Parts: sequence; C-alpha cells; structure tokens
Amino acid sequence: MGKPAKKKSIADKVRKTKTYTEIKNNPFEVKINRKKFDILGRKGKHDVGLPGVSRTKAINKRKDTLLKEYKLKDKANKFIDRRFGEYDTKMAPEDKILQRFALERQRTHEKKDIFNLNEDEELTHYGQSLAEMEKFTDMVDSDSDTEEKGLLSAELTASHFGGGGGLLRKKSAGEKDEEGSQRPKSRQELIEELIIKSKQEKRERQTQKEEAQELTEKLDQEWKSIQSLLAHKTPKAQRQEEEKPKLEEYDKMVRELGFEMKAQPSEKLKTPEELAREERERLQKLEADRLRRMQGDVKESVAKKRVHFSADDLNDGFILDSDDRKTLTYQDGKWNVEEGEEEEEEEDDEENDEGQEEVEGEEEEEEEEGDDDDDDDADDGSEEEDAHSDLDSEQGSEEEVDEEEEKEEEVPVKELSTLSEEERKAVQEAARAELPYTFKAPESYSELKALLKGHSAEKQCLILERTQKCNHPSLAAGNKAKLQRFFGFLLEYVGELATQSPPDLATVNKLIPQIYGLCQLFPDAAAKVMQTLLSDSTHSMEETLEVKGRLAFPGLDMLVYLKIIALLFPTSDFRHPVTTPAFLYISQALTKCPVNTLEDVATGLVLCCLAVEFVSLSQRFIPELINFLLGILHMAVPDKTLAGYIVVPPFRLAGKSSDLLVLNDPGASESWTRRPLPLSATQNIKFQSPLEKDHYSLSALDTCLDLLKRCTSLYKNLTSFSQIFQPIRTLLEKHLPMKNYPTAIQDLHKEILEAIPTSPSQHAPLVFEKKKPVPLKLLTPKIVQVLDYGKKRGNTKEEREQERLKHKYKKEFKGALRELRKDTRFLAQEKLAEVMSRDADRKRKVKQLYASLATQEGEWKALKKRKRK
Amino acid sequence: MAPSKSSNVKRSGTDESSQISFKKDINSKVDLIIQNRKHANDIFDILEYLQSEREKEILCAVNACSRIFCTLLERGDLYVGQLPKEEEILEGDRSADEKYHIFVRHRYNDCVESLLENIGHESFQVKESCLCTLMKFASAEGKHPLQKMDWCEHYNFPRELIQAVVGGLLSEKEDMALLISRFQEFLEMDDVRFYVMTSIRVNVARVMDKNKGAVMPVYQNNVFTLLTNINMPSQESEITNFMVKQEVKHEDWKPTKIKEHKRAFDRMWLGFLKHKLPGSMYKKILVILHDSVLPYMSEPTLLIDFLTAAYDVGGAISLLALNGLFVLIHQHNLDYPDFYKKLYNLLDPSVFHVKYRARFFHLANIFLSSTHLPVYLVAAFIKRLSRLALTAPPTSLLMVLPFICNLIRRHPACRVLIHRPTAADEPCQDPYVMEEEDPAQSHALESSLWELQTLQKHYHPDVAKAAMKINQPLPDMEDDISELLELTTFEVMERDLKQTEKQTVPLEFDPATQLLQSPKEVLGVHFCLD
Repeated sequence: MGKPAKKKSIADKVRKTKTYTEIKNNPFEVKINRKKFDILGRKGKHDVGLPGVSRTKAINKRKDTLLKEYKLKDKANKFIDRRFGEYDTKMAPEDKILQRFALERQRTHEKKDIFNLNEDEELTHYGQSLAEMEKFTDMVDSDSDTEEKGLLSAELTASHFGGGGGLLRKKSAGEKDEEGSQRPKSRQELIEELIIKSKQEKRERQTQKEEAQELTEKLDQEWKSIQSLLAHKTPKAQRQEEEKPKLEEYDKMVRELGFEMKAQPSEKLKTPEELAREERERLQKLEADRLRRMQGDVKESVAKKRVHFSADDLNDGFILDSDDRKTLTYQDGKWNVEEGEEEEEEEDDEENDEGQEEVEGEEEEEEEEGDDDDDDDADDGSEEEDAHSDLDSEQGSEEEVDEEEEKEEEVPVKELSTLSEEERKAVQEAARAELPYTFKAPESYSELKALLKGHSAEKQCLILERTQKCNHPSLAAGNKAKLQRFFGFLLEYVGELATQSPPDLATVNKLIPQIYGLCQLFPDAAAKVMQTLLSDSTHSMEETLEVKGRLAFPGLDMLVYLKIIALLFPTSDFRHPVTTPAFLYISQALTKCPVNTLEDVATGLVLCCLAVEFVSLSQRFIPELINFLLGILHMAVPDKTLAGYIVVPPFRLAGKSSDLLVLNDPGASESWTRRPLPLSATQNIKFQSPLEKDHYSLSALDTCLDLLKRCTSLYKNLTSFSQIFQPIRTLLEKHLPMKNYPTAIQDLHKEILEAIPTSPSQHAPLVFEKKKPVPLKLLTPKIVQVLDYGKKRGNTKEEREQERLKHKYKKEFKGALRELRKDTRFLAQEKLAEVMSRDADRKRKVKQLYASLATQEGEWKALKKRKRK
Repeated sequence: MAPSKSSNVKRSGTDESSQISFKKDINSKVDLIIQNRKHANDIFDILEYLQSEREKEILCAVNACSRIFCTLLERGDLYVGQLPKEEEILEGDRSADEKYHIFVRHRYNDCVESLLENIGHESFQVKESCLCTLMKFASAEGKHPLQKMDWCEHYNFPRELIQAVVGGLLSEKEDMALLISRFQEFLEMDDVRFYVMTSIRVNVARVMDKNKGAVMPVYQNNVFTLLTNINMPSQESEITNFMVKQEVKHEDWKPTKIKEHKRAFDRMWLGFLKHKLPGSMYKKILVILHDSVLPYMSEPTLLIDFLTAAYDVGGAISLLALNGLFVLIHQHNLDYPDFYKKLYNLLDPSVFHVKYRARFFHLANIFLSSTHLPVYLVAAFIKRLSRLALTAPPTSLLMVLPFICNLIRRHPACRVLIHRPTAADEPCQDPYVMEEEDPAQSHALESSLWELQTLQKHYHPDVAKAAMKINQPLPDMEDDISELLELTTFEVMERDLKQTEKQTVPLEFDPATQLLQSPKEVLGVHFCLD
C-alpha cells in the first residue's frame, strides 16, 4: 500500500529531522544488525536500524492512506470543494484568495444593491464611469478596437510614446505602488479597484483567446490553400514574392515571412552540381548493388527491401511507405490533375495560385496575370524548354508526395513532347472529349481487351495510365491485387498484339512505360507472371519435343516477352528468379529448334541479340550462342564439303536447309545497304525478287558477324577463348566467300579475324585456391563478466540478466506480500479498536442508564417514604 | 448344288430399310443354315456380304461366318483330310453326307480367304473383327483338326492358318501397328507365339528374297512392330497358356519347351537383322536390343556381327550400339579390340545434344569406372569431355561437370589436370591435341582443364557453381549423376522458379521507355519494330 515505493525517501526525511540524532543516540531505539562476515571496503547500509522509527512511520502512513480508505468504505457521498479555483493548479494561491474574496464581496454587494436606489449611482460618459475615468485606471479595452476609432488608450500612448505625466505613469504603474507606498484610498475603493481589475483581466483574457483562435483559423485556412503550392514550388513562389512586394500590408508581410521561414528548411534548393553528385552517388550505389548480385556472393541476409528510386530522388533517406501514399492529384474524390498533360498541369497551377490569391488580397491579381502571361510566353517560345521546365516543377511538386507516380508520368510527357504542338493538342483535346477519367480495373483479360478496343496507341496508353491511377493501391484495399492482375492482363495483351499478323509492335512499344511502372510497383507479382509465361512456354516446348522430336522456334510474342524481361529485370545477376529461366529458355530455343526457313534465321538472330544483350554487362559465357552463330555462318558457306570445323546440332553439315543463306547472285552485294531488319521478319517474309532474298541473307550475315564481334570482345578474357572461337575462325578464314560480300561486311570480317588470335594464348596451369591457414587452438581463458554477486549466474549475458530479473521479481513479490500482511494486521487492529471503543461506549451508556434509573428509583422511593410519613 | 443367284440381296433401296433388311436377312439365314443342311446354299449369300463395300454389312457377315463355321466345326460337319477338288465332288461315289462335308469345307476355305483379304481393308473395325474371327477359327480348328493327325511334328496345330494370318499382318503396303497391337493378346498364348515366330521367319525370308534384299520401310516396320510385341517367357514353368491343348504326347510338343522358343526367337531375329535396314529402324532396334532381345536369345553372341557393324557406323547409331556391346562384353566375354579408343572417338559435340545422351553417359560412366584403366586414357577422356563441354547446353553441363569430377576422384593421378603446383607460374599453351584419334597421343595428361575455368563464367548459376568445384580439392565422395542424366531444361528451370519465394525480386533501375531502347541495346541495332 504505497509504502514500498516511497520507503526510502521518507526514511531519509526522518533522518534529516533534528530528532534523528537524538533518536540515534538513544541506545533503546537502535538495533544493530549482526554481520556474519566483515568485508573490507564495503559500506554497509543496513548495519544499524531504527525499528521504532520505521514502525511509527509505517503506522502513520497507513493511518493516512489505508485508514482513510477504510473509513470511507461503503460511503457513496463525496466531499467536493466548490470553492473558486480550488482544483486549478495553474492559479497562484494569492490569486485564488483574492478572487474568492472578490466573489464574496460581489455576492454581498449585489444582495445589498438591488433595492438601493440612492447610493452609488454612477455617472457615465460613453458608457464609462466618470469616476473611473477621472482615476485614469481604465485599462486598454481591446474589445473596443481603439485603433479603429482613432482613440489611443492611456497605456498605449504611454508605451508607444513614452510620454505622459508622472501621475499618469504612477497610476498605470501597478498596484504594488498603490498598495505599498500610499494609502490615500479607502479600503472600499481599493476593493472596488480590485474587482474592476479582475473583471478587466478576465475580459482581456477572453478577447485574447478569441483573437488567437481567429488567427489560428485564418492561418489554417491560408495554410490549406497554400499547402499544395508550398510543397510544390518554392522557387516559383519565391520569384513571385520578389516581383510583388506588398509594402503597405504589414500583416501580410509578416505572415509571408513566417511561411517562408517554415517552408524554407523543408526544401533547400540544390545547386546543379549537388544534384548531379547525388544522382551519381545513387547510380553508383545501384551499380554496386548490381555488381554484387552479379558476383553471386549475395548473402541471403542482404535481401533488403528495394524501393524504387526516382531519377530525382534526393537520396536523403526520405522514403514514403509505398502503400499509404497519398496522391496530391486526387482531391475531393474528383480527378482534377491530369499529370500526363502539361496543359492541365498548368491549370492546376493556376488553381493553386488562385487559392493563394484569396489569402493574399486582390491587388495581386494583376501581378498574377502578368505572371501567367510570362508563362504563356515561355510556352509559346520554345516547346522543348517548356516541357522540361514544367517537368521540373512537376518533379518538385511530386517528389515528396509521390515519387513513384511522378516517375511514370515523366515518360509520357517526354514522349508527347516529341510530337508536334498541334498534334499533341489535338490528341489531348480528343482524349479529353472522349475518354472518361476513371476506369475500373479490368477483372479479366476480355474486359481489358474490350476497354482498349478501337483506341489508338496513345489513347490506349492514356486509358491504361488512368486505370492504373484510379486503382492506385493507396486508394482502396483491393486495388493492389487488382493491379497485379492487371499486369498479367497487360502482358497477355502485349502477347496478343505481337502474335497478330502483322504484329502491332508500335502499340507494344507505347505500353512499355506502363509495364515498367507496374513492375516497379509490384516486383513480386510481375516476376510471378513472367515466370509463369516462361515456364508454360518451356513446358509446352518440352512436350512437343517429346511428341514430335523437334521444335519450332518461339513466336514473336515470346521474343517480345524476353525483351521486356530484359527491360524490367537485371540480366546481370548471378541468379535471378526471372532472368535465369529466361536464359534457359533462350538456350533451349537455340539448341533444340532446327533452322529450316529464313524466318527461323531471323528468330534465331533475335534470340542471339537478346542473349548478347543479356550478358553484355556480366560477360557470362553462352555456348549455345556461339554454336548458333557458327551454324548460321555455315549456312552461308557455299561449299560444304571442306570441313575443318564441326557444326553443333540443331545444325547439320549438309541438308536441305543448310544452304539458306548462300547468295544466288554475287552482284546483290553491290546494291545492299545496311539497315535493320523488321521484327516481323521472324513471322513471315515475302520476297518480290531473288535480289531481295539475297539482300536479306546479307543482312542476316551482317547481324551475325556483328554479334560475333561483340562476342569476341565480351569473351576475350576467357581462358578458352581461342578454343571457343577456333571453328569460327576456320570458317571465316577459309570457307566464307568474302569477296562476294559488300565492304561493310568485309570490314566486320576483318575485325573479327583480328580479334581471334591465330595461336592459342598461354595460361598458367590450374592450381587449387590457397586455403586459409587453420588458426592454432587458443588457450586463453574464457572471461565471463560478473554482473552481480551471488550464487546464481548463467553463462551468457542473457541468462544472467534473466536470473537477475527473476531474483528481483521474487524479492518484490515477497515484499509486496509482507506489506499486504502488515496492512491486514493494521486493519484488524483498527477494527478491534473500533469494536472495543464501541463496547466501552455501550457499557458506559448502560451504566449511565442504570445510574439514572437508580437515582429515579431512589428518588421515587424517597418520595414514597416521604408520603408515608 | 449350284449357288443360287436369285436370292441376292437388293443393293438398291434406302439405307435404313436395307440395313434392317440385311441384318435380318443374315441372321435368319444363319439360323437356317445351322438348323438345317437344306439351307447350306445360303452360305454363298453370306460370303457375298463379306465382299460388300459397306463396312456394316461386312462386319455383320464376319460375325455370321464366325457363328456358322464355329458351329459347323464343332459338329464336325467339315471334311477332314485331303480335300478333293470341288468339281470332283459329283464324280466319285460319295455319300450325301460326305458331299455335304466337302461342300462346307470348301465354303470354309472361301470364307478364310476372304477374311484374310479383309485384313487389308481400310477400316480398322473390319480388320479387327476379321482377325478375331480367324483366330477363333484357329482355335476351333485346333480342337477339331481338319487334317489327319500327323504325329511327327506339329501335332494338330493349325499352322497354315496362323501363317496366313501373319502374312496378312505383315503387309507390304500399309502400317499395321494398331492391328498388331491387337494381335498381341493372342501372342500371350505360348503355342501361338511359337508358331508366329516361325511364320515370321519364313515370311521375312520369302518377302526379302522376292525383293532382292532392298529396303522396304513399311514392311520392315510392320515386322519390327510384331517382333517387339513378342514377349518371351523366361522360364519353362511359365509356359502354360496354350490355345490348342494336346492330349497325347504333350511333353514332346515343341511349343512346350523354352529352348525351342528361344531358338525360334534367335532365328527370327537373325533372319530379320541380316537384311539391310532403314536408318531409323536401326536406331529403334538398337534402343530395345539390350533389354528385350539379348536376354531371351539362346546365343546372344550371334548378334556380335550386327552390333560391331552398327558400332562402326558412327554417330548416334554407334552410341546406341554401345549398349548392346556392353551387354556382350559384360556377360558374354566379348573381347573388343580398341574399344576405348573407339569410345574416345565417339565423343564429339553432338554427344551432348542427341536424345540418347543419358544412355551414353550412363554406359560411359560404367566403362570408365574401372580403376585398372591407364591414366593417360582417363585423362584424355576428361580433357575431351571438358573441351566438348564448351559447346554443351546447360542440361548436359550439369551432368558432365560432376561426371568429370567423378573421373578425377576415381583416378587420383588425374588430379594434375586441375592442380599442378609444380608448374604453377609458367604459362603455356594447351598441349592437348583435340584432333588426335589415339588417346595415348593426345597429351591430355600434360594439360589443365582451362575449359572448366571458362565455364565458371557460364551464364547459368548452377553450372558456374559446378565448375567452381575444381578450385578446391575435391571431396572424397562421388557425386551421384544418375539423377542428372535425364535432366531437362524445364526441370532446371523449375529449380529457379521454386527457389526464391520469399526474397524480393531485384529490378532494373534504368527506366524503360521503349521496347528497343535500353542502355545496352543490341536487338535494336539490328532489328526495328515494323
């Protein structure tokens, strides 16, 4: 019961009292605790005890607390002190007393005053007591706005101008003077003054409060309207302020300055160098991360959550939780910012500016308009610049709010800016006219198709973008899953676009930013979808391989998927859940699919390009790639009889399709120009003339040689470089009819031959890696820190800590138990005392009664005796 | 007893009516024939149905025939013994009974003939029912022999009929695989199997002679299918299932002896294999040779010629012949000169790409498991395999890298290939000569496995890891490669798909804007979107 906690402090208090020494010196009070051992250097706290003192202390304490509680037990009534300010801790006790006194006076005064007609009738002027005016004691009444009426209060004048008579100053100086030095006033006056003063004070406080509230409200309002702006573009706001200082309006300036001060630290303008440096650092970090993954020495623990960094990320550790991100752009349930489009962005800016204007005053409007004009000028002036400046401002605004989204926006903006002004405007107009602003996330693939059907690529993009935004995970609970599914549908759609004939790759191209954005949002889901695509395709390939014994090359959709994988995921990782299967897929296609047609050649070359692209950073070795390129070159060799190299399956030394790339007419090389092949060539090629076919062959050959060149530079550090490229060298040197080919190809050919050494390079023989020497067995003793003395100690720190806590708990438990027992004992004593006193009381009363009865009886008997006499 | 033409079925008329009518017609006639000899002439009508163009009619007629002749055979209404010519019936003085028997026997022969013809029919149902009917006749004939018992050799088995059936099955024109698989059920019976085997031998010899040994893919394919459908018994006690039970002298009957079976089997296979075979057939035969042919032969060594010839062909066929050769070497003490040299020369890049990769490496593993092989040989194998690994797909690499490691473990003297501390700092060219056919001259032992060092940079993480094992001293335990032999790409892929469940997926940080526009674009250089 309260005792244990304060035990020590109370004991200390007791010790400090002057009786303490007396008590201590009294040998009957002191109890000396016997020690078993004397330990040197240890100061015993408890060698001497004062049992008497502590017992009284304990009893007193119980009397104060426990006994009171016991007395009040089962009593519903409660004593509440209603005196003025009794529970107000803020009030000084002097104030309290004064107030109470004033209140009491008032009460008696009112009662007295009601029917008193003559006394104390006050004369007023302007509703104010003349008497008081004479005394000049009236304080500044802030309610009656003095400034407005052009009146200056005495105090105000005093404080502002420092003038005024001594009398005046004296009066207003304060009450201490009045009370202390002079006592010309009667007590009555004094009290009256006091009352008035208190009233005034009260009023003042009230007005102050009101004012403060008003100000805060105003401030809030303004803040709300400026908030967006402020977050946006301090640079711009700054500029505006420089241009239009409002000198007349002192208040405004103060406020603006105040805002400025608040806004400033949140976003310091960085110099371009700083920005560049940060960007570089960020990229370096990412690159280092990538390299680490490439080495494959990723410890599993390093699986830290990767957050998408925008290109403009400040890298200041400010990362928003991706899930509860709020978009600024989505206000009042209405879609009012269309970020992909500059135009609307502009409008939005204006809106925000207007919001600010309301606060700032009407004079600003002109300025604002001028500002707008400026903007427009810039707009007209240079399209490119505007796009970027706007982009910048947008970045600034979005940065804190939504890096992610902003990242996605950037892309269409750039894209659109490449279109001509009119076109873009037209597109936007049309889009605004036709497209709704909100879209439901499609629940199935057919829904998505229905949604996109009949729209141009740009519009499809816009639709997807809006769908994505309307269903941002932060807006509703189920949106995350919806968007994840949406990603799958989108990929399916891409696949379908690619399998169409002719394939609609331009649209696919437009969809890439969307896919990238979604992937950044949901990496895991995206990886899952890609994995499913790859594994399904591989599985079906495997099955056809088993059934038919041979395979057809994958369709354009798979090629596009592979390319998208390269765009979305890092291909340089040592092991990656998506790219490693993609490698395997390419490998399978390159090793198992026989090349029978020119379409197959194109598909194979696309796969080779992808393979080279995949390993361009990591420089990993792909045997299938070299095999395939060798096979393709072999197809261009007219005379197959002279081997010197071995072609690897699926190619054959001779066969019906092994002459696919042999030129029919050597003259074709003169009219050939290097130009990229269309991706649709992987599906079907039609040739008008044999010349065209020759050109195609030359292009394929050119691609093949270029890839080989890249390979030679990629693999030049491999120990078996010359062995790997030996067959190719033989083929290029001896078998390929170089003189029939155009000079561009001949140059390539020469470069490759130069890159491959004629004689194999020299290497040191292999040896095992040196093992680390095994450290000797150490014989130093194991040191265990002893935290507290006693027999219990564990081995580890945790164990010891646990032991200590257990011990402490036990001690506390026992103490509490003991205290409780003491409490009950005390209570029992109290109860007993109560009963005893009650009994004694009763006895006394009974005795009294008997006594009175006896006297009565005596009296009565005496009376009787007297009567008898 | 001339055939009556009057009762010909009307071919014209609507389908339904004719359908019903021919069914009724056939059924009533069958009943009549069975009930009374007077109606025996109706058999002609039924036989005519057998030549009908309509499938259903044929099916119906086939059933009818089977009913009629089975009943008649049971009754003994068929003439037994040497059958006189039809024209001669009237001449001799025979009883009406005998004449009737002769007549029925002739009709029976006609029926068998048209049934055999119908085995070549285009509809499978017809084929099947004809085959079944013929086999039913065969079993009925077995019970009620149509010949006088000749005790000497074949007892009363309907040999001619079986031979005719086999002849039908081994068509020269069409693929009979389906029908042959149907026929398998009859091959379960030991006597049928025995006689089928002899019939095949006769048939093959006859047909191939006729064609002067030229390759006949369809026919040989049929023969092969039939051959593969023959399941030989492994013990004499298993021979219990007979179509025709011999009451007398059962023990002396040839089909009851496993030895005779094996001999027939030998002769059948040798007869088949001695002719020129198409290439794909070669592979098929070699694939099954070691486990469904060699064990059942009485003298497997007779196949040595065939196998060595196949081994010399080269390429995949050699790889396959290896298996048969292995059985011969292992179980029949075949001594093959320069076996390892040949094996060494079999190793070329295609080894890793062919379908029979698993089988080849399984055998190679066995061949190279001997610890008595000279070091130079093993080293040559190791070096060649690792050189070839530079062109192998990851599925093969995952198998061949542990394989190489295992070889090094088995032959510790080969450790210099991955650990040569004596010459650690002297760079040298690879002394290994890939083109050398003799492993002894290849200088493999002086080389190092730089190829594996190259493969440490392989794109697949598992391959790279497997190759990195040579950086440390190899542990003593051998890796088990039996599971890796038949690894498929999908299985390898699945490992990756399953592995990282909880980890977050790393993403590309360069934002993608277009399909063919990335910092390390290669595809976009050579290809454009449209």
